[in-house]
Amino acid sequence: MFYYLGLAAILFSIGLFGVLTRRNTIGILMSLELMFNAANINFVAFNRYIITDGLTGQLFAIFIVVVAAAEAAVGLAIVLLVYRNWRGIDTDHYSVMKW
Amino acid sequence: MPAPDGGIVFAILAFVIIVSALMVVSLKNIFHCALALVLCLFAVAGVYILLNAEFLAAAQVLIYVGAVAILMIFAVMLTSKLASRKIRQTNENALTAFFVCVIVALSTIVLITKTDVWRLTDKALPADNIATIGKYLMTKFMLPFEVVSVLLLAAMIGAIVLARKEKS
Repeated sequence: MFYYLGLAAILFSIGLFGVLTRRNTIGILMSLELMFNAANINFVAFNRYIITDGLTGQLFAIFIVVVAAAEAAVGLAIVLLVYRNWRGIDTDHYSVMKW
Repeated sequence: MPAPDGGIVFAILAFVIIVSALMVVSLKNIFHCALALVLCLFAVAGVYILLNAEFLAAAQVLIYVGAVAILMIFAVMLTSKLASRKIRQTNENALTAFFVCVIVALSTIVLITKTDVWRLTDKALPADNIATIGKYLMTKFMLPFEVVSVLLLAAMIGAIVLARKEKS
């Protein structure tokens, strides 16, 4: 199990690096997906190797996948809206929440 | 520490995941990043199969590779001039962020190896766990299941409302 948890930790750190350094908003969303997947690997690994009374870990992972899909849909709609208004989606282009 | 289940397969999958994740966060062309993301998500689905989560692997391929990654690629193409390689893709915090991430990874791995309060088992999950998942979704996890369907509906309507052209 430790190998799976270590893999998830490394994947999470890579995603964190992407979130912190990307200027492109779509790049940030992609890195977020990496972090979601790291959390999912953890859930499934715990579900496989720890004594439980069911498949709770896998069910949680399924719900995370669904929430991530919803997040990606809304996030990308916001990205398109920002692109239409500012002609660019780098995070240092826009700094206001209201105009 | 025993070798992981799946041995060489796990090693290959882990290598693919880490290399493609590094490509996602470091490539200059954002379109190539999206393709690397697809590869990474496929490899994660392989890890799920190693961990006896076949339904989750199928859902991963369908939802992530089939829907989310395609959505990302669409967004990249709709904002096409950003896909050129002229534009700098990282901000000034790269070095600091690198150290922060290395510290996070190392401390997490140290914590994982030091902790041994888990009640581990080697018993494999039952082979019919897809049926069990379906049963749980209709009984014990009924409420989250319904809430998540409402959330999907809300996200769909929200995305349509946000991306619609305003009449003015």
